[in-house]
Amino acid sequence: MTSYDGVTAAGRARARPAALRLSRKGVEIGLFLAPAVALYTLFLIVPVVEAVRYSFYAWNGLGKLTDFVGLGNYREAFGSGDFRQAMEHNGILVGLSLVLQLPLALGVALLLNRPLRGRSLLRLIFFAPYVLSEAITAVIFLQILQPDGVLDSFLRSIGLGGLVQLWLADLGLVFYTLFVVITWKYIGFAIILFLAGLQGVPAELHEAAAMDGASSWATLRYVTLPLLGPTIRIWAFLAIIGSIQLFDIVWIMTLGGPAGASSTMASYMIDQGTQRYRIGYATAVAVILFGICFVVSILYQFLVLRRDYRVGTSRMAG
Amino acid sequence: MAMAGSRSGRSAPFASAPVYVVSIVLAAVVIVPIVYVVLGGFRTTSQIAVHPAGLPHPWVRGNYTKIVTAGTFWREVGNSAIVAAVATVLVVGVSSLACYPLARMRFRGREAVYTFFTFGLLFPLAVAALPLYLLLKQLELLDTLWGVALAEAAFGIPITVIILRPFMRAIPVELEDAAAMDGCGRFGFFWRVLLPLSRPALVTVLILSVVFSWNNYILPLLVLTDPSRWTLPLGVAQYQGEHSYDAASILAFTALSMVPALLFFIAAERRIVGGLSGAVKG
Repeated sequence: MTSYDGVTAAGRARARPAALRLSRKGVEIGLFLAPAVALYTLFLIVPVVEAVRYSFYAWNGLGKLTDFVGLGNYREAFGSGDFRQAMEHNGILVGLSLVLQLPLALGVALLLNRPLRGRSLLRLIFFAPYVLSEAITAVIFLQILQPDGVLDSFLRSIGLGGLVQLWLADLGLVFYTLFVVITWKYIGFAIILFLAGLQGVPAELHEAAAMDGASSWATLRYVTLPLLGPTIRIWAFLAIIGSIQLFDIVWIMTLGGPAGASSTMASYMIDQGTQRYRIGYATAVAVILFGICFVVSILYQFLVLRRDYRVGTSRMAG
Repeated sequence: MAMAGSRSGRSAPFASAPVYVVSIVLAAVVIVPIVYVVLGGFRTTSQIAVHPAGLPHPWVRGNYTKIVTAGTFWREVGNSAIVAAVATVLVVGVSSLACYPLARMRFRGREAVYTFFTFGLLFPLAVAALPLYLLLKQLELLDTLWGVALAEAAFGIPITVIILRPFMRAIPVELEDAAAMDGCGRFGFFWRVLLPLSRPALVTVLILSVVFSWNNYILPLLVLTDPSRWTLPLGVAQYQGEHSYDAASILAFTALSMVPALLFFIAAERRIVGGLSGAVKG
């Protein structure tokens, strides 16, 4: 319909057919783009820009923005022991995720990639926590970790009563307890990814390696892992960003406490914003959080992921 | 996936006993918390207090029937479903409209618009949560499911556009020419040709959006203060706070709230797994 109209219109107005058709196309492009641009601008760009603006004011979220403090909120954040502690927690979380979750998930994925009786059931089990929401996960473990709850009672019943701890109240322990919960929740996602990656490793390569007399360890080290490299690097990126942004599980289980012992940058920000009504300061923390994510993303793209893209493009070209 | 499995089946030796032992132990670690919650829902709070790690004895159904017959649980499931449906229809709708020109038309500023959309990937919802709350307040959308759904849809646009565009681009241009010759305008082509052919990618983004919305906690936490508007994640978290002396009820409520997600997962496992790994690779 449209193109016929375009043709007749062009025929009638011989003088500037190109312009006419261009404008019609322009209008159509605008109509296709408008809803997405409007929704995205209003509910994503505007709040983000507003966050930056608020971060320069001391403001409780009510009344007018009058108390301009410049970079004061940022200075306060970087000078605050509580915020630095939260940042440190995020850093530890990144490190622990990479060092502990990666080998664990790889191991399980390699196991599940074998011909195993009941493999599809096992796969379902390992993925199950991933589909449960963070809220459900947090509530489950809040119940399990109650003092004298099921975990403590189980440990005592097998003679390990000495291991019983105040899992969520011990200042030195609570953060690591949360890490275990987080691992339980997200390990399935890593396994999904690695299994998908392993399916892409041709069986012929394993056969060839076996024929050349390579041990199964050598095959893993020199055949499987390198071919899984791109998948691992993508997972690592998501794990890093996820660790920096962690909020839900922390907030429901501990509110970042006791005394900030399990805080993350996001829990600190929401605490400042919603419990202390320091919107200006909290948005400055949000901007810092974003800045860290941004720098990490850019660095990771340049230092780690770039070669995967190059390989990907040359593969597509070839 | 099945083919790849049988291929490696020929080459790899069949799993040995230690492999089974390790797999079963790991699987137990994963599944026991879930089983504990489900079984705990069949006990009484005093049973749980006396023997935290015990089995139901006797089995009681009261916790579950109490929740299933009261309105709260179903209302929260309903609210979550409404938010997820509205957010998903919105994000998939506007993104596929936008991806048509972004993928298949030449115009000035096209890449700029695309970059503008992908830029949003850098902003987690948490970063914008507080200003978003203030914005929804100005728009008088606080305590409405619309407010939550609109914001979730906006934050879903970047990943949706990134997945849909290459897919729409790969559809042969001959089809577009043929459609034009049959008198099909751009909207006709979009609706009758492009959308049906993009189904696999649409299913992926649809699943991503539903899962994101269904599990989202921070936004409902800030926006929905009226308990009658709570979504399921918010409801579960609040329920355990309000019933902290009634462990059996908490466990039953939590067990029931796992059901929709697990059913959805079992029904769509292959698509979810494919969608997630596809999304990451794309």
